Amino acid sequence: MSATAAAPAPVPTTDIDPFAAGHLADPAPLHRDLRAAGPVVHLSRYDVHALARYEEVHTALVDWQTFQSGAGVGLANFRHEKPWRPPSLLLEADPPHHDAPRRVLSEILSPLALRRLRESWQSVADDLVDTVLTTQGAEFDAFEALATAFPLRVFPDAVGLGPDGRENLLPYGNMAFNAFGPRNELVRADADRMAGLSAWVNDQCAREALSEDGFGARIWAAADRGDITPVQAPLVVRSLLTAGVDTTVHGLAAALYAFATHPDEWQRLRERPQLGRVAFDEAVRWESPVQTFFRTATTDVEIAGVTVPEGGKILMFLGAANRDPHRWTDPDRFDLTRDPSGHVGFGMGLHQCVGQHVARLEAECLLTALAHRVTHLELAAPPRRHLNNTLRSWASLPVRIRRAT
Amino acid sequence: MVAHHLLPEIARATPTPTPALTLRVRAKDTVADGVVSLTLARPDGTRLPDWTPGAHVDLVLADGTTRQYSLCGDRWDPYTYRVAVLRETAGRGGSAYVHDRLAAGDPVGVGGPHNHFPLAPADRYLFIAGGIGITPLLPMVHQAELMGIDWQLLYGGRTRASMAFRDHLTTAYGERVHLCPEDEYGLLDLDSWLSRPEPGTKVYCCGPAPLLAAVESACAAWPTYSLRTERFAAAAPAEPVRQTPFEVELRRTGRTITVPPDLSVLHAVRRAGVEVLSSCEQGTCGTCLVPVLTGTPDHRDAVLAEHERAAGDCLLPCVSRSRSDRLVLDL
Repeated sequence: MSATAAAPAPVPTTDIDPFAAGHLADPAPLHRDLRAAGPVVHLSRYDVHALARYEEVHTALVDWQTFQSGAGVGLANFRHEKPWRPPSLLLEADPPHHDAPRRVLSEILSPLALRRLRESWQSVADDLVDTVLTTQGAEFDAFEALATAFPLRVFPDAVGLGPDGRENLLPYGNMAFNAFGPRNELVRADADRMAGLSAWVNDQCAREALSEDGFGARIWAAADRGDITPVQAPLVVRSLLTAGVDTTVHGLAAALYAFATHPDEWQRLRERPQLGRVAFDEAVRWESPVQTFFRTATTDVEIAGVTVPEGGKILMFLGAANRDPHRWTDPDRFDLTRDPSGHVGFGMGLHQCVGQHVARLEAECLLTALAHRVTHLELAAPPRRHLNNTLRSWASLPVRIRRAT
Repeated sequence: MVAHHLLPEIARATPTPTPALTLRVRAKDTVADGVVSLTLARPDGTRLPDWTPGAHVDLVLADGTTRQYSLCGDRWDPYTYRVAVLRETAGRGGSAYVHDRLAAGDPVGVGGPHNHFPLAPADRYLFIAGGIGITPLLPMVHQAELMGIDWQLLYGGRTRASMAFRDHLTTAYGERVHLCPEDEYGLLDLDSWLSRPEPGTKVYCCGPAPLLAAVESACAAWPTYSLRTERFAAAAPAEPVRQTPFEVELRRTGRTITVPPDLSVLHAVRRAGVEVLSSCEQGTCGTCLVPVLTGTPDHRDAVLAEHERAAGDCLLPCVSRSRSDRLVLDL
């Protein structure tokens, strides 16, 4: 580093649209180009600065003082634009307002609190896998039959949702994650469903709509104790419903896709089913179900010699950081012998996914059930992607399996 | 002086937790009579873990003892932690070590931060500090100010000179701060502050046990959960509910052990060969928390909130015991 004041390096600029269908369908080439272009790249189409290397993404994620979430973690800047719904008290809030909702939810979703769910979730996973293998035979769509079915079987019950309308959960999540991107075709496609889905989700957040022993009731109990306010409680429940379904579904699908395409790793898991948790985190690193989030600069901030102006939006490519060859050896390999710790697929720092232990427990149960019953797992046909502005998601994952005898 | 050949024995009996961080004392300042403040930072100057007002860190001192101190600095500064340490003349030596031996430049093991005293939303706050109990309240005051929430601070101490941060508080916040040194005003006039319950106000109190007891009794008529306290020392031990042995089943290990009256659950579990991380062994740090699957704990810690005790699904085995004949732990 030179001590003399050098002329600022020109910022690499590009007019590519990371939210264009081609990049969403296959982000790897874009990620490679962005990482190669420099630590910071200006995306002229949206006038945002993009970070795609691990080091810069990690630094931005942990530095909540400089990289604000309260102005929205999507492209929309809440300083000038009205959010499409009341901002999330967790994702779209900064300290000090972020503290109490985060604390309440992290206590309810702590590994300790989740231990009481383990036994029943494992038996649901065992039943589900038995049923699928019996009724669907050797070929089926693992996205529908497993990755979608399992979370929808256990998570809404754990939250305490009523039986009706659960089919709205995935469309609502899909809409919410699209809304972090630009107002493109994907957002417009949901426009006529937005009011209806939002109204349904909001109705589920009321105390009366929730059973007495779920996560939702515990959030309301926290409001009774004054740990959060009664106005905050339904919004905290909403966070569970928005962030707790699609992400897990696509995370599980990522793990299944990884195993279907890496037979050696499947055998490794079969030999040591306790690797289920590592496998899930490695799948989250490898596929990054949440691909991108934005922050907003609270001050003129210098990142690797480039000044991002106060109020400027910064787009962090979590998926690109998770495959940065400067951080990971052979990053495109799905590898159970790797330690995936430090991946940014769940974010990092103050806003790191509060529900990650729930997702890990779901994955552990499902993968364990499968590993005990399925000796071989492979793709039966090319899988189909579903495009979303934020999520690396799936439409179908046709697999062929061989049952253990 | 402990003979060296004995050390492995001692280490097995009370393992010292490996601190997550080794920080350096960047500055040591006297901030009041008998109170020093330590500014701690990483040797390489990088970011420290985030914290929230009410949080404490564990300082692992050179002699292996661990003590908890509230963070009283600025959470917006990610590079330094600040704690203030009162010399406890009747203490167990931790504060004397900090006062007499720890110097700028020395390494210190730091665990945490943990927060058992978080700031919950309220319409108004009444903060009550006794002596060094001001430390966790200091960032709370700042936070209340940031959120535009009405607050007052009632701050008692032996003498004005013994009250840390008094000048900062009065300069920054003026009339919201009520300094009441005992040698000038006597004990805090809790009755005039607390006799009329105020719905919407939360009372946050930290200080010596007699102050906490007085505030608890003065708040008896307040709405449940209005009062939030933190003790620095372990709560005065009440008699255990049962004086007879009880059984503890370690479900995952597949063993059942008997805990006699003179042995802690923690030590009984360890004797059975099951490792549980612990730190203070006084029920004040929360390190050893374990899930309870069946049975009714006799909670004797100073960490769990009332609702957590009532749920009965976890306990601190270093001090807590059993009400039922049998406890089943997820160990």
